[in-house]
Amino acid sequence: MASTIRVRATSSGETTEVQALIQHPMDSGFVKDVKGEIIPPHFIQQLTFEYDGKSVFVADWGPAVSKDPYVKFSFKGGKKGDDLKISWVDNKGATDTITAKIQ
Amino acid sequence: MHVRSAIHFALAALALAALPFLAAPSAVADDTSDPVADARAFQKYFTEKFPKLKLEDFVNGPYSMNEDMHRQWEEKEQFPPYEFSVEMGKEMFAKPFKNGKSYADCFPNGGVGIRQNYPYFDDKEGKVITLELALNRCREANDEAPFSYVKDEMAALTAYMAFTSRGKPFDIKIPNDPRALQAYQNGKRYFYTRRGQLNFSCATCHVQSPGERIRAEVLAPALGLMNAMPIYRSEWSGMGTTSRRFTTCNSQIRGVPLDPQADEYRDLEYYLSYVSNGLPISGPGARP
Repeated sequence: MASTIRVRATSSGETTEVQALIQHPMDSGFVKDVKGEIIPPHFIQQLTFEYDGKSVFVADWGPAVSKDPYVKFSFKGGKKGDDLKISWVDNKGATDTITAKIQ
Repeated sequence: MHVRSAIHFALAALALAALPFLAAPSAVADDTSDPVADARAFQKYFTEKFPKLKLEDFVNGPYSMNEDMHRQWEEKEQFPPYEFSVEMGKEMFAKPFKNGKSYADCFPNGGVGIRQNYPYFDDKEGKVITLELALNRCREANDEAPFSYVKDEMAALTAYMAFTSRGKPFDIKIPNDPRALQAYQNGKRYFYTRRGQLNFSCATCHVQSPGERIRAEVLAPALGLMNAMPIYRSEWSGMGTTSRRFTTCNSQIRGVPLDPQADEYRDLEYYLSYVSNGLPISGPGARP
């Protein structure tokens, strides 16, 4: 299956701008389906961006984050051609990881 | 008494005499109305209302309406939310049915780059065939269960087909067939007819007031509306097809929506696509 993570990281020399889109249902556990049964909570709990062995962005997410979340941030440093590792873990223990090249 | 019955008689005779004259002009008007001139006038209305916009800009709906929205759109297009759907559609398109055939076998050119030709008028059936309808018929012909017309799988398939047709100008044809012209006229009538508790027609929002706000939303112009289908709407947090757009529009004006792919909707899509002829396909789109 294709990755659930889309990343684009561009370096301007001093800083690197990162955009990421993650495919995830992000069910809060408060919504009912058509039969009136609660859709069990299923959401990303931690999202990590690693560069050069260090975490540059860590997000502790909860049920309030929307479906297919989008993140944009920038950090100091980062060179063109270097690797940026992105991973997430959800409340069911599922996880996905991708390594992208900084452009 | 005599006088009164004489008047009655005279009135009845007058009414009878008047009937053919009353009926005739409207029938003639229907037959002679010219879709080509219609489409030209339609496009002229919008280009005059928004003189700063290029014709092909209209396909971006509310994002073409002001600079702020346009910047949002440019940013969104760098990282479009419909990407997952296009990918899903591509996978579905490549995967054969149980009988070994695939979607590509149902469509000219293997289904690639043909979005701009839909909907078309089918002279055998005497009705308008939309892309969504053609896709479900393709499934049924291959012993697969049809998809829901409004979202998910259907949106993914149409998103992929639109994506492969991007930039190609809409090329809807009205063949020389009175039924085709009738379908076009029916679609036009549906578009301009007021309905629902709010007494809105499609045109109330999308011809009279594009660029204006309705609550927090900026209304899209009717010109180019179909070019962006299907769309990812942030409001839906998901994809929606043309069918979904039509049915939700009808419920929003507090009308009772028809079934997806009802004859009226097929005619409406035919009309709306025809008047956007020449504008490029921009689907799948993203909307607030």
